[in-house]
Amino acid sequence: MLTFTIRRLILSVPTLLFISLAIFLLLQLAPGDPMSQVPLTVPPEVKEKMRQALGLGEPVHVQYWKWMVQFFWIEPQVFIDWLTRESTLFAWLPDTSLYDGQLRMISWQTRGPVMDLVVQSLPQTLWVVGMSYVVGVLIALPIGIYSAYRHYSVFDQAGTFVTMIGFSIPPFFTGPLLIVIFAVQLDWFPSVYNTVHQVVDWDSFVIQLRQMILPVMVLALQTTAQISRYMRSAMLDNLNQDYVRTARAKGLKEGVVVMVHVLRNSMIPVITVIALGIPSIFGGAIITENVFKVNGLGYQLLIALFANDIPTVMTFTFIFAILIVLFNLIADVLYGVLDPRIRYD
Amino acid sequence: MTDQTEPTPTAIGALQDKGPVSEPRNQWLDVWDQFRRHKGAMLGGGFLIFITLFVLVGPLIWPVDAQTLDIRNKDMRPIYTALWDSTSKVGWHRPLGTDNLGRDILANLIEGGRASLAVGWAAMVLALVIGTAIGVLAGFFKKLDFWLMRFTDLVLSLPLLPLLLVAVTLFRQPLRANFGPETGMFILIVGIVGITSWMQTARIVRGDVLALKEREFILAARSIGTSNGKIIRRHLLPNVISPIMVSATLGLATAIITESALSFLGVGFPSDFPTWGKLLADAVPRMEEYPERVLLPGIAISLTVLSVNYLGDGLRDALDPRIRGR
Repeated sequence: MLTFTIRRLILSVPTLLFISLAIFLLLQLAPGDPMSQVPLTVPPEVKEKMRQALGLGEPVHVQYWKWMVQFFWIEPQVFIDWLTRESTLFAWLPDTSLYDGQLRMISWQTRGPVMDLVVQSLPQTLWVVGMSYVVGVLIALPIGIYSAYRHYSVFDQAGTFVTMIGFSIPPFFTGPLLIVIFAVQLDWFPSVYNTVHQVVDWDSFVIQLRQMILPVMVLALQTTAQISRYMRSAMLDNLNQDYVRTARAKGLKEGVVVMVHVLRNSMIPVITVIALGIPSIFGGAIITENVFKVNGLGYQLLIALFANDIPTVMTFTFIFAILIVLFNLIADVLYGVLDPRIRYD
Repeated sequence: MTDQTEPTPTAIGALQDKGPVSEPRNQWLDVWDQFRRHKGAMLGGGFLIFITLFVLVGPLIWPVDAQTLDIRNKDMRPIYTALWDSTSKVGWHRPLGTDNLGRDILANLIEGGRASLAVGWAAMVLALVIGTAIGVLAGFFKKLDFWLMRFTDLVLSLPLLPLLLVAVTLFRQPLRANFGPETGMFILIVGIVGITSWMQTARIVRGDVLALKEREFILAARSIGTSNGKIIRRHLLPNVISPIMVSATLGLATAIITESALSFLGVGFPSDFPTWGKLLADAVPRMEEYPERVLLPGIAISLTVLSVNYLGDGLRDALDPRIRGR
């Protein structure tokens, strides 16, 4: 298992390199010019100097190499320095000073390091997306279990219908719909997510909870639809197996048979699906973040795209790629760990 | 060499060869019978045909131009609002109301549906063609298998929605300049949705081709000297048609949703070219006063995708010989 994990980790390096190259070349092909906003009165030789300063005069491979050095060498140094100096978790470690003033990735919008934007927005995305995923899974599992146990009952039919709807209604429709119903008509929850809100006491915690409910509901609807489908079919596969009859024949209580014997065996594929579904949730979060104005990765990406801010777009897209590759890896490893029938070597 | 003129003896009752009374049944008739039993799939298929006819024939029945500005009649409500609010501004000549520039919403919905469905079908066909080609090549030719499947895995781990956004924003201008604003955008969106959604089809087709390749009828075809191209066209493709059809329905649903999502995020078609996603996105800022402008295109998208999903569900059951006849 360990060798498999290590092999997969090593294999993900060329994957990530290829993805970063693909993104880089795509952005290179792009016709947009960051100098287009510069006033026409600026003389051409000054413009040329500005292009050089942005690193645009260099050949393509040099630009790519510099980006890689910045992303994989310089930014980790800054991060480690920050960890050992200011973070609450690792501040007890001796202060390091790996970073000595090399050029970092600079956003063309904010004129500050791109990583500052990432540090601001990644927790927002992870918080909202993660919370909605947890909520979605927690709702989906009981629905899936019960509709498999009462196969073809009214509950099962209704569950199938609701999951079909969950599949079919896109988040950019459920978002505005929920805003109209719960934020405008009923006035229960705020329609916009306030990202600078700080939780200090019980009241502010309630406000945070209320503003999270709508985006979490939108994202959780999709999650619930998918996971409950998988849970139902996995349970159905197992409920007719011989070991279930044996367990019943032994006189075990029905609850024990279903919730311990069947459920544990059914969870194997479902957990993989849960891990595999996380990346696609990040994609869906781009839309949800825009509907509720959550200042997360997707929202920042869209702003950077419209502002033609190539370094930020590059970095953010690559971070999405890292998240996808990482969770695919986790899913594969989990599958091997959980299912003793799977042997990778 | 004289023929025996002896008449054939008639068999006793129990030995009589009853034979097939009716003509042998076509496989597709069986599929249709199974499909008909799936109520959701029938409803879904019916709705898909209805909405397709609605957007195709609609302009003949409702010949109002979607782009005509009629400022005097702006912000009209749909006719059914009169049921509970007699003071609202309604009129039979604008049954679903008008938007803030006085454009007829029914005509816009028809136009938008045309664009959305056209993008959906075209992108689905493109994805199917790419996916089937790659799947068949990878399954049939051992040399290509490794590299094509590694490539498929790579594309699967790309962050697709961010890349779609990047590609549309970046290549909008040159394509618009070359093909005109609408055609250019159509080509761009169909192209990028198509080339980012073929992977599942390729994987399924490859798996089926790998299994079929070892069967006797392929060996028989090869033994009489059939060329590879003919084996693929005559023997393999007809046998993988059912998984292709199922993934076609899924592809249609994803393509419609992706196009609407791009329009919603503001990187889709130009502003004077309505699609369902675009109508929805334009209506969101004023949805408190005019909720129907969000609801109508949203319901249109959702119902179309829902019906396509049900259709796919029914097709999967109907095309699976293990389930059929149960």
